[in-house]
Amino acid sequence: MVMTMVPLLAALSILQMVSGSVLEAFEQVLLTNPALLILVPVQIGTAGNLGSIMCSRLSTQLHLGTFELALDNPEVRSNSGAVLGLGITVFALVGIAAWAIGRALGGTLSLVEVLTISLVSGTLLAVFVIVVSLVAVSTSYRLGYNPDDTTIPVVTNVCDITGVLILFAVISVVL
Amino acid sequence: MYERESAWDVYRQALPVIIVSLVAGLFAGTILGSEAMRDGIESVPGILILLPAFLATRGGVYGSLGARLSSGLHQGIIEPRFTLDRRLFNAVIASFINGMVVSVFIAIVAFLVLWIGAGGGNLLQLIGIMVVSGLLSAILMLSALVTVVFVGYRRGLDPDNIVGPLVTTLGDVFGVAFLLVAIYLVGLVL
Repeated sequence: MVMTMVPLLAALSILQMVSGSVLEAFEQVLLTNPALLILVPVQIGTAGNLGSIMCSRLSTQLHLGTFELALDNPEVRSNSGAVLGLGITVFALVGIAAWAIGRALGGTLSLVEVLTISLVSGTLLAVFVIVVSLVAVSTSYRLGYNPDDTTIPVVTNVCDITGVLILFAVISVVL
Repeated sequence: MYERESAWDVYRQALPVIIVSLVAGLFAGTILGSEAMRDGIESVPGILILLPAFLATRGGVYGSLGARLSSGLHQGIIEPRFTLDRRLFNAVIASFINGMVVSVFIAIVAFLVLWIGAGGGNLLQLIGIMVVSGLLSAILMLSALVTVVFVGYRRGLDPDNIVGPLVTTLGDVFGVAFLLVAIYLVGLVL
């Protein structure tokens, strides 16, 4: 267990350094705006959750034979719609909460700014989660791996990194 | 028979779990945004570099321990009791070693990234912080995971459904909190 897990975890940690370096590059912006520092773990965590839901539902459908990588597949549509809806709901709540807590911690960003950053980056991330999950499930199937085993770790890690990248891309546009 | 679920069904079922982990994420974020933590980030170069890797490792290490425990319980090869059973003992020790080895590894890689980028940083300080926070989270996560999974299993809960949210919630909140404690403790020594 140690022999197989350590190399895998080590490789994933090196990948995570990409998001770490982005955070470090924005250190001053983050330190003066605690609302943005609050968004970091929430954004990473929520993207991972959305990705796990999408992947485990799609792989179940694959096993049941109802999955097909097509936009007019009703299963693909309802799952994508649900993930997008969950993303918009949650990132709206996150924006309001991060603004309020950030204010209490001495931040100066307005509600509109924090809400825009959270909603825009969150919605983009939700769309990204949907696309990556669809691609991961069908690729995994085509390569002969069981998507139950492979897709969740891959998608959560990809979404961790992309989440931070999208968040800071949106921050630099809005602020 | 499998019934097709509408987007609204999926939304309604998933929302509670997402909201719970959202609250945990906000707690973690609040600790991260607190004045004490911001001082810590400012005084120790490299903390933000290792943060995402550090948080992700908790999910990997303890998520896989949880998955192992649930499979063992379902197969009947692990008894839901706190005994010195070999399988239970091995699984716990293996995830402890995984957690500690990867923590030290993260400190070294973060130091290298920092050193290449800005030419600064203190390797000993980063390793110290990762060892202390890795150790504290190992103690908490191992005892919480084994206790909640065993007690839940005895009360008829499927451990497969508890492990994921438990690991994310506790891992995020206590990961960041222990990082803060570790920065403080290592600051006292170094």
